[in-house]
Amino acid sequence: MTMVVNAQQLTSVRAGRTLFADLDVQVEAGGVLHVQGPNGAGKSTLLRIIAGLLQPLQGQVELFGEPADVDREQWQRRLLFIGHKPGVKSELTALENLELQAGFDGVVIDDPWQLAETVGLLGLEDISAQQLSAGQQRRIALARLWFSPAPLWILDEPFTALDQPGIELLQQRFAEHTGHGGTLILTSHQPLSWQPPQLQQLIIRSPEAHD
Amino acid sequence: MIKASTWQVVKTLMRRDLKVALRRRSDIINPLLFVLMVVSLFPLAVGPGPDVLGRIAAGVIWVTALLAALLGSERLFRDDYLDGSLEQMILLPVPLPVLALAKIAIHWLLSGLPLVILAPLAALLLKLPVEGWSTLLLTLLLGTPILSALTAIGAALTVSLGRGGALLSLLLLPLFIPLLIFAAAAVEGALVGAPVVGQVVLLAGLMVLTLTLAPLAVAGAIRVSVN
Amino acid sequence: MWRWLHPYAKGEASYRLLGRWLPWLTGSAVLTMMVGLIWGLFYAPPDYQQGDSYRIIYIHVPAAIFSMGTYTAMAIAALIALVWQIRTAEWAIAAIAPVGAVLTFIALFTGAVWGKPMWGTWWEWDARLTSQLILLFLYLGVIALYHAFSDSRTGAKAAGILALVGVVNVPIIHYSVYWWNTLHQGATITKFEKPSMATSMLIPLLICLLGFALMTAAFICQRLRNEILRQELHRDWAQQELN
Repeated sequence: MTMVVNAQQLTSVRAGRTLFADLDVQVEAGGVLHVQGPNGAGKSTLLRIIAGLLQPLQGQVELFGEPADVDREQWQRRLLFIGHKPGVKSELTALENLELQAGFDGVVIDDPWQLAETVGLLGLEDISAQQLSAGQQRRIALARLWFSPAPLWILDEPFTALDQPGIELLQQRFAEHTGHGGTLILTSHQPLSWQPPQLQQLIIRSPEAHD
Repeated sequence: MIKASTWQVVKTLMRRDLKVALRRRSDIINPLLFVLMVVSLFPLAVGPGPDVLGRIAAGVIWVTALLAALLGSERLFRDDYLDGSLEQMILLPVPLPVLALAKIAIHWLLSGLPLVILAPLAALLLKLPVEGWSTLLLTLLLGTPILSALTAIGAALTVSLGRGGALLSLLLLPLFIPLLIFAAAAVEGALVGAPVVGQVVLLAGLMVLTLTLAPLAVAGAIRVSVN
Repeated sequence: MWRWLHPYAKGEASYRLLGRWLPWLTGSAVLTMMVGLIWGLFYAPPDYQQGDSYRIIYIHVPAAIFSMGTYTAMAIAALIALVWQIRTAEWAIAAIAPVGAVLTFIALFTGAVWGKPMWGTWWEWDARLTSQLILLFLYLGVIALYHAFSDSRTGAKAAGILALVGVVNVPIIHYSVYWWNTLHQGATITKFEKPSMATSMLIPLLICLLGFALMTAAFICQRLRNEILRQELHRDWAQQELN
């Protein structure tokens, strides 16, 4: 099995508070890393460090066996990150958002309506995104998971604002992705109802909480 | 593997921003109305005589252009930051300075170019003598890209603050000064029949320098702001 | 090449190093300043044209020169901070900026005071004064940006980028202001320009220059120590230092 994520001795301090120190994270191809912890423990910070959006105070991250400073673009070509903010343009319609996102991912969606139906946006394609609910906007953002060719997914709280069928649908997609050798790192407060074969649980508590 | 080429990503980015901007036309039109209104305040304040107005016209138009650039600058990255597109932009498999240059180009298309088009009307209102018109347009054409580039630096630095307005002016106005001096002097020179080639070449050089270095600063600022 | 700097990337090492330098810097700064100023203000001969009012150059000229020099130093710190991610350099930006702003303000203020007997007005749009004024704006921008962020690391990086943008612009601004000044020069004569200076006046000026340099370094040193301590408060060594 090839190592997809290999992070060594990550330390992060935010606003004078140590979130985690000397944290090692290793995920293999096809593996799932489920990061858990209380609010403000540093789950998002860890995901953003792995995605290369943040610099750790100490430690380094290798993705696909390469550190970020060697070839950042090659790194980013294999990586899909969706954070708290969905990255959906509220002035544009759902279909326009999907089509533009596909442009960024370098693919052409064969049947956008089919995709809209899959992610539960059928009938809402022509409404500008600002008129949609938070859950529907999140579905637009997550629709990317159905066409992006990136093998590593890093998803921060993907289930937020989704209804129960949406959560189930998403987990089915996760299962397909990891089944094809894809890798997934996610945070969530609720346990997964799906049992991936290679699941790692990582619970972050800030070291200062022990004192 | 995401196989999008640099050009494809840049094209998609520009297409998206133009589409969004066309849905919010008031953001394009309001700064232009601001320019027209400020320009028409001057005859009311200093009197409509062509001798006074004509002499200050070039300076007034240029100062107004700077203020208009500030007015729209906060929006340059604000929406992208709030909806998460900015962090997605960092993660695109394209060098960030290239994307920053694309953002500057879009900003110029939507704010600088309309200002150049509006300039003859402002010159008319301020009774700028005809000899100065072509030089005014030329300086605006060379100067507004500089405005867009510097504005982008300031906007990227302050985007995560949420209340950038006054701070942004404090950061940007000192940087606008050389542009203001050379551009206004060129028009003034044209009015008295002096050769203006020197100033125009200088402005062109300044534009090339700014457009080369500003994308690097904008990229750095975006990385700092998104965390 | 930068490897030797790395121990000082750690807060504690730089704090101790600066602590060793500080007494020497402060002592020599006070000494040279006193010699230079007393010599300049009391013993140097009066100017045949300006009388005693020229003596303000013993403050004005060093302040003006080091206001620019400090900006360059801040930009170098910014470059080190952004390229090599050395935290001491990040803190140095925050430590240097207010010192430079104060120097610029002193240069502006003494320039204006000198302007009164020379031009009969407190403010003249002289090229040097104008470009000092713009330099003050640049400093204030860096300071304001640094303090606008609640997270001081982000603030230092943002201020660093601005300082680098500023340092590219300083020569352009300087040149443009001089050019603008000659363009609009009507009746004013720049009295700052002195073709040559008598040695008896020059020597105290050179001593004052050295004194200002040492004083600037001492202030930056002290401010940097404070900044390091403030940023490292959560570390054990900082706590021990305070107790």
